Amino acid sequence: MILDGKCPTGPIEKTWDKHRFDLKLVNPANKRKYNIIMVGTGLAGGAAAASLGELGYNVQAFCYQDSPRRAHSIAAQGGINAAKNYPSDGDSILRLMYDTIKGGDFRAREHDVWRLAQVSNNIIDQCVAQGVPFARDYAGYLDNRSFGGAQVSRTFYSRGLTGQQLLLGAYSALSRQIKAGTVKMHTRREMLDLVVVDGVARGITVRNLVTGEIETHAADAVCLASGGYVNVFYLSTNAKGCSVTANWSAAKKGAFFANPCYTQIHPTCIPQAGEYQSKLTLMSESLRNDGRIWVPKNKADIGKLPADVPEADRDYYLERKYPSFGNLAPRDIASRNAKEACDNGLGVGPGGRGVYLDFADSIKRLSEDTIRERYGNLFEMYEKITDENGYKRPMRIYPAPHYAMGGLWVDYNLMSNIPGLFVLGEANFSVHGANRLGASALMQGLSDGYFVIPYTIGGYLVTVKPGDVKNDHPEFKKSVEDVKARTNKFLNINGKKTITEFHRELGKVMWNDVGMARSKESLTDAIKKIPAIREEFWQNVKVTGSGAELNQQLEGAGRVADFLEFGELLAKDALHREESCGGHFRVEHQLPDGEAKRNDADFSYVGAWEFKGNDKEPELHKEPLKFETIHLAVRSYK
Amino acid sequence: MSDHKTMTLTLIVWRQKNATVPGKFETYTAKNITSHHSFLEMLDCVNEDLIAAGKEPIVFDHDCREGICGMCSQVINGAPHGGQDRTTVCQLHMRKFKDGDTIYIEPWRARAFPIIKDLIVDRAALDTIIQAGGYTSCHTGGVPDGNAILIPKPIAEEATDAAECIGCGACVAGCPNGAAMLFTSAKVSQLALLPQGRAEAATRVKNMTAAMSQCGFGNCTNHYECMAACPKGINVKFIARMNREFIKAQFA
Repeated sequence: MILDGKCPTGPIEKTWDKHRFDLKLVNPANKRKYNIIMVGTGLAGGAAAASLGELGYNVQAFCYQDSPRRAHSIAAQGGINAAKNYPSDGDSILRLMYDTIKGGDFRAREHDVWRLAQVSNNIIDQCVAQGVPFARDYAGYLDNRSFGGAQVSRTFYSRGLTGQQLLLGAYSALSRQIKAGTVKMHTRREMLDLVVVDGVARGITVRNLVTGEIETHAADAVCLASGGYVNVFYLSTNAKGCSVTANWSAAKKGAFFANPCYTQIHPTCIPQAGEYQSKLTLMSESLRNDGRIWVPKNKADIGKLPADVPEADRDYYLERKYPSFGNLAPRDIASRNAKEACDNGLGVGPGGRGVYLDFADSIKRLSEDTIRERYGNLFEMYEKITDENGYKRPMRIYPAPHYAMGGLWVDYNLMSNIPGLFVLGEANFSVHGANRLGASALMQGLSDGYFVIPYTIGGYLVTVKPGDVKNDHPEFKKSVEDVKARTNKFLNINGKKTITEFHRELGKVMWNDVGMARSKESLTDAIKKIPAIREEFWQNVKVTGSGAELNQQLEGAGRVADFLEFGELLAKDALHREESCGGHFRVEHQLPDGEAKRNDADFSYVGAWEFKGNDKEPELHKEPLKFETIHLAVRSYK
Repeated sequence: MSDHKTMTLTLIVWRQKNATVPGKFETYTAKNITSHHSFLEMLDCVNEDLIAAGKEPIVFDHDCREGICGMCSQVINGAPHGGQDRTTVCQLHMRKFKDGDTIYIEPWRARAFPIIKDLIVDRAALDTIIQAGGYTSCHTGGVPDGNAILIPKPIAEEATDAAECIGCGACVAGCPNGAAMLFTSAKVSQLALLPQGRAEAATRVKNMTAAMSQCGFGNCTNHYECMAACPKGINVKFIARMNREFIKAQFA
């Protein structure tokens, strides 16, 4: 099937305004008759629930944490982009769009990216009005910093806590609506199934994580804002509870999964210290503004203290290879180069998996106090984890899975191929192409939540009769039975291995074979290994406790079981995409200098997969990508 | 980097099946723990052993494991988050302990935080306080340009100091009165300091402090235990500011 993104036509500058005008409106008096489900209350879901509630819709919002304030958006440190051009350094909506398309290696949809860039400015205004304390200068104006993949200063920030402050802004707006009664918040609930009636999304089935009760909720539209899936690698920078479960339950009901192989490996994470490790910690890439990345030129210098390696014997490889962007090269390039240095035996720290991020020059130039003011919390975090002082000796960093550019396929209205199912934020695939630039995730989450879905969902709702399907419909009963049957299955296997053991095993396959560098051989191998792990899981997993209580093992079992299915699809997508682009690097497809070699003739499309069961091949649907405003070009950061 | 020799520890952990049955301490041994294990990774290892032995693992709240989501919540040897300066449990590392140590692990204990299971408590009361007024009543859209209202750097910085609160509830757990004054005052102060929040400052402080009392939190008697327990170093000066705002609000 050829998919249609239903993008507006005409000059790109006018597309979003024209589309907003063309969308039908829901009469204010009718809005309260519509029920909308919001799964996930991070930046995208929280902002959307608050905005839709304020418009007058009835919103039922769900999160697995004990409060919407804890969504993993909170961990974003560095900042949020906007095309304000306050520093007058040449920024514009078009330039932000250009940088995002280019950064995404020409695998995103132009119209969605234009819209994102256009509303980016509204986001800053909105957050300021909410009391988000952005960094300011002494005159009281908003301050900007630079970020990877851009030559202008367009990133707004709040210390190293931008995600926290933006999330708490959205949380406060959401809290206001909860108080007003327009949003009903259901915390400690995990979505386990999407209920589809006659081809239309009509509700969800969730598990109450405290009582174990399986609940159904019906609505006129279902929005998923359930985040990304890089915990499929086991070790990642995501929170422990992040999973693909909500998205995968929709995929199993027919929603197409787009570009799952586009995963981002973040360059500035703290290297793994041991086998027992439960997660990897990211430090904002804003550190690359003032830190210089290097490894020793000679293997003989590997074990030495960094201070003892003379300047002439250090390889500042990003500055050497990418003189115009230097240490601010995009994430995929920075990550791959770190891996390459370590593969060449020049890595530092435990297992030789690390490179230096050195602040000595910046401290000399700016003073330690200035560096502390900019990144104090990151240095503190680094010291707590590694017991090393980043001001005195270079930090050690290594790439880690961080963000999923892929996600459920959506059209320009953020609606999936299942009518009534909308997908927002990291959970969808829309704007980042094959690689996301820094400070763009927060921008997308809030753009989708505050400024896109409140308009586009109305265009759908006017086509449905409110309250048409209630949760006494047989499909809801069937969904509950399915969920209960799966729960019982987990509890009755009573095998020998824990869910963590299975998750680690899957993670190793994903990281080694489907990680930063992929080959036909490694992917074929992964596609053989994953079903074997899955099979063993269903024979030999041990899940303690019962279904009728708070049971973290049972929660984990469901998430790992879904990753064991989804991981295979990710590998298949990576195998089919015979090119390198952004975060997807196939060793067979590289330029002589090791850069990603795209194949625009054959792969300039969105690959959206229809899952047909574990024993059947998924079916690929394509949405061709057209580049009319930004011309296809080889991405160069030299 | 310090060395990798392993430790064996005795854990005395609060176990409670649910809110309705009484809980009790159980003793466990944590083996093969290195100085680089985080506290939660140490508990992960203990849980893996418990599962292998066919026993119920210890449940505890956690999520981001990088000190920002505020989900983790354990009292370790009597101190919320373990007593390391400005550190959440998830960022506490085992290098702070010695081989052979005995460690007591309990949930947050406060009237407003009923225990759900083992080390997990219900902190919905903190959300209730925010819902009572921890926001500016701006609409989505229709707001002025971000630079239209200038905010001098020192004001923005002080507001950020208050806004760093992660809502974990350690201040409540640390307070002998089970008060949520530090938590509430951080939000009241952040928004009262900023021009965007100033307009509603009087109603906000009245409504949020009323919600605080209704939720069953105690009062402040200046022990400063909250500030000692706070993993983000929120200063008690914000309680003083909230009290000032509260008194001003009586005349507003």
